[in-house]
Amino acid sequence: MGTSLDVLKHEMVPDHQIMDEEEVAELLATYHISLEQLPKIYHDDPAVKAIGSELGDVIRIVRESRTAGRAEAYRLVVKRPKK
Amino acid sequence: MNSDMEQRIDALDLPHRTREDLKASLADRDVTEEQFEQILEMIFSEYQKSRIEPCEAVGVVAAQSIGEPGTQMTMRTFHYAGVAEINVTLGLPRLIEIMDARREPSTPTMAVHLLDDWAFNRDRAREVSWQIEAAPLHEFGDITIDMENMQVLVMLNKAVCDRRKISIDEILEAAPRKIREKRHFRDFDVEGDPKSVSLTFTPKNRESYQNLFQLAEHVRQVIVQGIDDIERVVVRKEGGEYILYTEGSNLRGVFEVEGVDTSRTRSNNISEIADVLGIEAGRNAIIQEALSTLNEQGIGVDVRHIMLVADMMCMEGEVKQIGRHGIAGEKESVLSRAAFEVTVNHLLDAAIANEVDELNGVTENVIVGQPIQLGTGDVKLIAKPINLKIQEKS
Repeated sequence: MGTSLDVLKHEMVPDHQIMDEEEVAELLATYHISLEQLPKIYHDDPAVKAIGSELGDVIRIVRESRTAGRAEAYRLVVKRPKK
Repeated sequence: MNSDMEQRIDALDLPHRTREDLKASLADRDVTEEQFEQILEMIFSEYQKSRIEPCEAVGVVAAQSIGEPGTQMTMRTFHYAGVAEINVTLGLPRLIEIMDARREPSTPTMAVHLLDDWAFNRDRAREVSWQIEAAPLHEFGDITIDMENMQVLVMLNKAVCDRRKISIDEILEAAPRKIREKRHFRDFDVEGDPKSVSLTFTPKNRESYQNLFQLAEHVRQVIVQGIDDIERVVVRKEGGEYILYTEGSNLRGVFEVEGVDTSRTRSNNISEIADVLGIEAGRNAIIQEALSTLNEQGIGVDVRHIMLVADMMCMEGEVKQIGRHGIAGEKESVLSRAAFEVTVNHLLDAAIANEVDELNGVTENVIVGQPIQLGTGDVKLIAKPINLKIQEKS
């Protein structure tokens, strides 16, 4: 019934890409940070599930920024803490 | 401008929009190599000037920039969105709601966009709205209480059912099931007759009139068509296409309905968006909702401040409120937390748990009377006495 929901096609969901290890290393080196200092995204986030990402991956998010036109953000996939 | 220059612009360390603007303004102009160099130099120095400096207290600036105009907002406003007459909370209460990251806004509403086959025809748009709007059983026929035989009789109206595109069988099946599942009322027997389009409900306890009336109320109010949380749907024409505005929000439910455009439909319930579409969509929702609430009141707040707030709220992978149950309550420092709200509790808990305050933040250092690590306070300069001596000699 109905049109199936594709989370990534929704206009409010920006582009999510899985980064490979080299890119992650480069990212951490440019900002002089450790992996844990990145913003987080939960492993059961609908967008994470849609791109088939796993725990420990870093996701590059290409946002349609209102100021810069296009901006990249990064999030580390972590487990959702139990309540 | 030649393609070589275009490539050089693309390789620059500038924001996407700045590069595009530069390309657009140079597109049909003749610039020499020398002029081009000069332009790039100017742009770079202007861009550097426009950037936030290290150690700038952006959070305080954002708080002030949203807080001060906030004092000019109306304390209590209800607004009817155009002719649709759908009630939405606006103004200060709405802004507080967004920052507090409430699970459920006080007036949840959705804007349901339709796919092309449905969006341009009023009747077809109405058909979708029947599938969404929660309709209780009493809208589909007459309900009478037979006190003599202790029964509740439902006579369905075939014309209404046909108009609303729901079959008699569906109602006969859904009504008793929904009473049991959604209304948690089980003490009855039911008999449906598709031929005479009627339903007969008999309570198990045939002695009590109170029980009979209770059953009748459940029968009347049970929702047989549509999505339970959506109380009202208004069809409006906007920019050539029909859009459904709803009172009540249930994104997951609406996405299942045929004809709904799953790429444009949105809700004003931020935590629902974060649950269904992910944290990044939640961040976008916070920015949009906060900005439209402020703009609707004629208050222009720079989007950067709101983006900072939204980023902070969505840092950890879920939408967190700004307050003692969210960002402010999870700070590392005891003194900083105590300075915000419920001071005594925090100090007492910290004392019991033998917590240590590293004095890294701003608030803690203000409390203990040390220079804060912001602006010039963050720069550690050591003046070497050697240099001073040289100056004295000369």
